[in-house]
Amino acid sequence: MSTLTATATAPAAATARTFSLTYLAVELRRLLRNRRTVIFTLIMPPVFFLLFGTVDSYKTESVGHANVTAWIMVSMALYGALLATTSGGASVSVERAQGWTRQLRLTPLRPAVYVATKVAVAMVLGLAAVVVTAVVGFPAGASGDTTRIVESLALAWVGSAVFAAFGLFMGYLLPSENVMQILGPVLALLSFAGGLFMPLGDGVFATIAKFVPTYGLAEIVRGPITGGDVSPWAVVNVVAWGAVFVVGAAWRFRKDTARA
Amino acid sequence: MTTTELFDPPATGTLALDLRGLRKSFGTVRAVDGLDLAVRPGEVVAFLGPNGAGKTTTIDMLLGLAQPDEGEVRVLGLEPSDAIAAGRVSAVMQSGGLLKDLTVAETVRLTASFFRTSRSAAEVMERAGISEIADRRVGKCSGGQQQRLRFALALLPDPDLIVLDEPTTGMDVEGRRDFWNALRADAARGRTILFATHYLEEADAYADRIVLVSHGRIVADGSAAQVKSLTSGRVVSATVDGAFDEAALRALPGVGDVELRRDRVIVRTTDSDAVARHLLTATTARDLEIAARGLEDAFLALTTDRTDEPATSQTPGSLA
Repeated sequence: MSTLTATATAPAAATARTFSLTYLAVELRRLLRNRRTVIFTLIMPPVFFLLFGTVDSYKTESVGHANVTAWIMVSMALYGALLATTSGGASVSVERAQGWTRQLRLTPLRPAVYVATKVAVAMVLGLAAVVVTAVVGFPAGASGDTTRIVESLALAWVGSAVFAAFGLFMGYLLPSENVMQILGPVLALLSFAGGLFMPLGDGVFATIAKFVPTYGLAEIVRGPITGGDVSPWAVVNVVAWGAVFVVGAAWRFRKDTARA
Repeated sequence: MTTTELFDPPATGTLALDLRGLRKSFGTVRAVDGLDLAVRPGEVVAFLGPNGAGKTTTIDMLLGLAQPDEGEVRVLGLEPSDAIAAGRVSAVMQSGGLLKDLTVAETVRLTASFFRTSRSAAEVMERAGISEIADRRVGKCSGGQQQRLRFALALLPDPDLIVLDEPTTGMDVEGRRDFWNALRADAARGRTILFATHYLEEADAYADRIVLVSHGRIVADGSAAQVKSLTSGRVVSATVDGAFDEAALRALPGVGDVELRRDRVIVRTTDSDAVARHLLTATTARDLEIAARGLEDAFLALTTDRTDEPATSQTPGSLA
């Protein structure tokens, strides 16, 4: 008799799944099958690094605790991680268009778990992007204080979480099936403007850069190898943009899952 | 608007589906306009109506995908979202809902992982008739194969109720037949099934109860045989004058439904000879016409909006 009452009162609590490891595994497999994602996030950043970062003079010139080659490697690792996490987050766009998120609502899987899985997968891809760039970068001449370089790489990965939120936000906002065709160029532009690909100097671009979402991350990530103090501006930049993306993603997510 | 009730009031006990006074508008469009429906466990119900009748909106509400403006939804005695979380109701939607880059088997295994307990992937694929395409990418499957995949997914939690929204839209004849065979085999196990369709033949062939819906309301509800009898027979029409005796007409054998449109009387009957003889001999009726009624015609007659016409004298229960 007690079992009867139990099933009658709390069926949802008893059966709703909090997490699906199978889902995570399937998502990772899907990612590796997606040639475009692999090329853009795992091949392009190391290739850019090899093209622009391995000039002989860069290997001897120091930025503080590492050589310029390491500076460029860390920047490219961050760029790759940003691409990875953004595309991971933005994949909700395609899946909404295909009706997958609606289908999921016909299962016990909670929408929040869906988003958590997306973010987790985005972060795994981001980690892969960082590792691949490092694996190419160290033998190709990036050198200096290894601990500091690894710190920078770790910060690149952790910091890229901000762009997972950006990807989610855009994925929910943009109806396009090919949302990365928009976000890819946007990210490249933001990376240039934020000083990810080259030092900014002191001109008008440096002033503009302080407001670009990639600026803060770039400064913080390169902090360990340059050894300079990270400017408060960089921290404000990351926190502010992070808040905008998270709040935006949460807003669109709620709107998407609300029952009309 | 007349609702033709053919079913006994539902017996006490938990209904598979209990919709009461459902209303839902989108802007000024009333998609569902006061819909009541009770489905008992084990029934196979066709939700039949033309496009735009409110079928999909009703299904969205009973699955918890949409919130009714008014009214109450109980699925197996539960809130829709609870019934879904408990795996007691599942649905086959019209289109979409599949990831094209997964294989059929991956999709089934993945969906199975969302449920605490589920049938095995192999079993549901077998039952839905897609075992032989297990390794095919979803994007490469035909519409019919994708639909059987959706059906396999719906079978995973071994639900008490399966809801299908126009499951054979866009399928070829063969795909349609395979799909219904799979569904029919499953229904034989005693599962409650509600499917929306705008194909009369499907409703007739696969449901043991047909609910006709039009403009967001139920206009007829009965067994397939009853709905068919409603749709059999002929329509006799004639021009009559003011002194016309409607009651005498109604008293004739076989007369179903009598309707007056201005000076024209329209009689649906299974004995058109008797009606014609009466009209021509006992009244001053002229311009008499007799037309056969197909299923399609009756369907249209039942589901066409009549609010723009003068009050009709259609009687409830006229199918008996």
